[in-house]
Amino acid sequence: MFSSSRLRGGLTRRRFVTGMGAGGLMAALPHPARSATAALPAGLIPAEPSATWDLRVGRTHIEIDRKALNAPCVGGTVPGPVLRWRQGDTVVVNVTNTLRHEDTSIHWHGIRLPSDMDGVPGLSFTGIKPGETFTYRFRLHQSGTYWYHSHSGMQEAQGLYGAVVIDPIHPDPNACERDYVILLSEWTDVSPMDMINNLKMQDDYYVFRQRTAASFPKEAREAGSAMAALKDRLAWSRMRMAATDISDVTGVIYTYLMNGHAPDINWNGLFRPGERVRLRFINGSSMTFFDIRIPGLEMLVVQADGNDVEPVPVDEFRIGVAETYDVIVQPKEDRAYTIFAQSEDRTGYARGTLAPRAGMAGPVPPMDPRPVRTMIDMGMGNMKPGESMKDMQMPGGDMPGMDMSHMHHTMPPLEVDDPGPPPINVENQNVAMMPVDRLGSPGDGLEQNGRRVLNYKQLRATRPGADPRPPSREIILHLTGNMERYIWGFNGRKFSESGPIRLKKGERVRFTLINDTMMEHPIHLHGLWSELENGQGDYRPYKHTLISQPGSRMSYLVTADVPGVWAYHCHLMLHMDLGMFRTVIVE
Amino acid sequence: MKHRVLMGACLVAQALAVPIGQAADNATSAAASNISGTRYHAADAPSATPVVYLGNINPVMDQESYFHGIMNELEGRYAPGGTDFRWDGEAWYGSDYNKVWLKTEGTLERGRLHDGDHELLYSRSISPYFNLQGGVRADIDDGPTRTWGAFGVQGLALYQFEVQATAYVSDRGRFAARLEGSYDFLLTNRLILQPQAEFNLYTKSDAGRQVGAGLSDVDAGLRLRYELWRKFAPYVAVTYSGYLTQARRIVHDQGGETGTVRFTMGIRSWF
Repeated sequence: MFSSSRLRGGLTRRRFVTGMGAGGLMAALPHPARSATAALPAGLIPAEPSATWDLRVGRTHIEIDRKALNAPCVGGTVPGPVLRWRQGDTVVVNVTNTLRHEDTSIHWHGIRLPSDMDGVPGLSFTGIKPGETFTYRFRLHQSGTYWYHSHSGMQEAQGLYGAVVIDPIHPDPNACERDYVILLSEWTDVSPMDMINNLKMQDDYYVFRQRTAASFPKEAREAGSAMAALKDRLAWSRMRMAATDISDVTGVIYTYLMNGHAPDINWNGLFRPGERVRLRFINGSSMTFFDIRIPGLEMLVVQADGNDVEPVPVDEFRIGVAETYDVIVQPKEDRAYTIFAQSEDRTGYARGTLAPRAGMAGPVPPMDPRPVRTMIDMGMGNMKPGESMKDMQMPGGDMPGMDMSHMHHTMPPLEVDDPGPPPINVENQNVAMMPVDRLGSPGDGLEQNGRRVLNYKQLRATRPGADPRPPSREIILHLTGNMERYIWGFNGRKFSESGPIRLKKGERVRFTLINDTMMEHPIHLHGLWSELENGQGDYRPYKHTLISQPGSRMSYLVTADVPGVWAYHCHLMLHMDLGMFRTVIVE
Repeated sequence: MKHRVLMGACLVAQALAVPIGQAADNATSAAASNISGTRYHAADAPSATPVVYLGNINPVMDQESYFHGIMNELEGRYAPGGTDFRWDGEAWYGSDYNKVWLKTEGTLERGRLHDGDHELLYSRSISPYFNLQGGVRADIDDGPTRTWGAFGVQGLALYQFEVQATAYVSDRGRFAARLEGSYDFLLTNRLILQPQAEFNLYTKSDAGRQVGAGLSDVDAGLRLRYELWRKFAPYVAVTYSGYLTQARRIVHDQGGETGTVRFTMGIRSWF
């Protein structure tokens, strides 16, 4: 165990808050219990749900890890306050924009509501102008862990986000003695516009973990011979891609936060030994996937994206940007346990401590080796580097590993919108020749690491889906991009060159995503559930954000039951802003 | 047919509503249909009438223009007889597809500017890694001025070689070509060894500019840079600048140096 002297600084996030000051804190309170929430430490959920909230969006000078930013945020803090609601209530949220020169908005991520309440400027409404107050009003049909964030400009990347906890109407099967929100995010004083500018010029601008001459001996050892390592390098070099391309923006500029706390500040959650502790993980970052574990504790995954799932005991799980997972742990010993959330590219971690007494710090484990992409990520199935399609031994019948999701259903969809393989063009640099089903994989860097790591196949809803109809239409979309030019899109086109995806009201549609890029993309459909077809039959998990793994093919069902114009996009903010965005119009 | 999609008390998004079964923006769609109903049609195909967004707010910003410039070479080339100073840089402004490029290079040799070459080009992205470029080149230095029309390709070749190949036609009906290439060997993530070479070819000699017919001159370097920051890297290098074939004789007859290897120090930087 580390003594507290190891902790640099020791200042809490709130001490840095200036500017908005108390006024800012006062600005984010539910009507009936203003004082109760004012001093609520980060991660704690308000004692009672409230149906009415006043939120003020402003800029506050905040410094974390020596990186100062005039951050757009709710109520003067990053993250904003935890909003606790109750299923069945009609919530009223008055959002006042106190920013001087910029519009704002709040999108309720994963909440089912009328499209004009969804908070996407241009699609749902015209945004909230400076000085104006917009009143969100919608009835809650769901319960669970969600979050909110700005959908205006780059505010979300700089601090405008917070957690939403919705109490179920019926007794919660996952109620625990302790209940914490664990909101993960990033902090940097580099503006997102600068990031885009830099990435447009040099796609690996923030990556300092390339394969180099210095790392070659190690690679040769791992590959078995220098020749094998060289061949692999040449294969990647020939494709003009990098096997080390994991995250576009890295710990070189990011400090990873847990409930707004830098790793050395060490967010604390208290427990008494033997108590059951519910941790509501939310990935509120804009560009980072986290791999989460609590050494010494088994985590029981009980909810994904706000919906209860059959409990899955795991040692570790990956959380994509915008996903949420609720886990239950039961620490029995009177000691500190570290909540360790390393970024997928292993350039940093968010960290906090579950402790029987405040101020304790658990040991921080070393980070795992960074993942290295393989030909599977390139959509080449199990081909070896340098091997071409012609060399493949084609077994009779179906290819191994190929997605058979449409075979799960006796009735095929009537109509398939298939764009065919995407073109290789200015906006797309790769075609996945053999996209595979990767739902059983926990993700790059987590396979065979000796721990039980959650995968999508394990998610099973606790109740059958609400819409038993088979889909009447399948929409196939390719996730495409050109890392070199830093352009992203679907089907080889960015947003501005594409039309909306039109669904008829009430239509049951299968979306099939083929990821032709070599990166994960967390795909988020606003307003409608995405029911993942993961082999769990009628007990498909309902999700709002789904990770499409590189080189993979994945399907999910959507019932277009709420009319309106909805956003549909990759939740990596820079990918979204550079074209991996579509509108879905339900008419 | 125009539909109005009404959303609460809010404003209205206009959208052309094409019945899904009739969308036939792709000539192959009907022919490719088969029993299972597959239509080779992208669900997100561009629509004839673009969606008008509320308040004309574009939800993303994928059409921005960017401005960048890089000084690949800004260096002193040391020799007992005197130090040359050389620069080679380029800047561009524009969107993903259309850009304006400015390329400039030159050498200051014993107080005289030569090899001054400046190009203003329109650049069009044509493939994942290549751009077509066309425009004008002006040879402006202490020698006679020449102007050329320029047309070429620039991009990232297989195995991540940076290449530029440009053909020129002068106002006097002469032709020329330039080939440039470089490669980054990462010794470590910040220490980078870069071989680089530039070749110039001409159809006719031009003694006033030390130009000979055929392969006329070469400028090459092996630069070892250290990226203190991504955008700022000092380097040491060995550079070679020389004339070949006919140009070599021309320069020799003029009493100039026909080729020198030099120790070089410089700075690579960009914005």
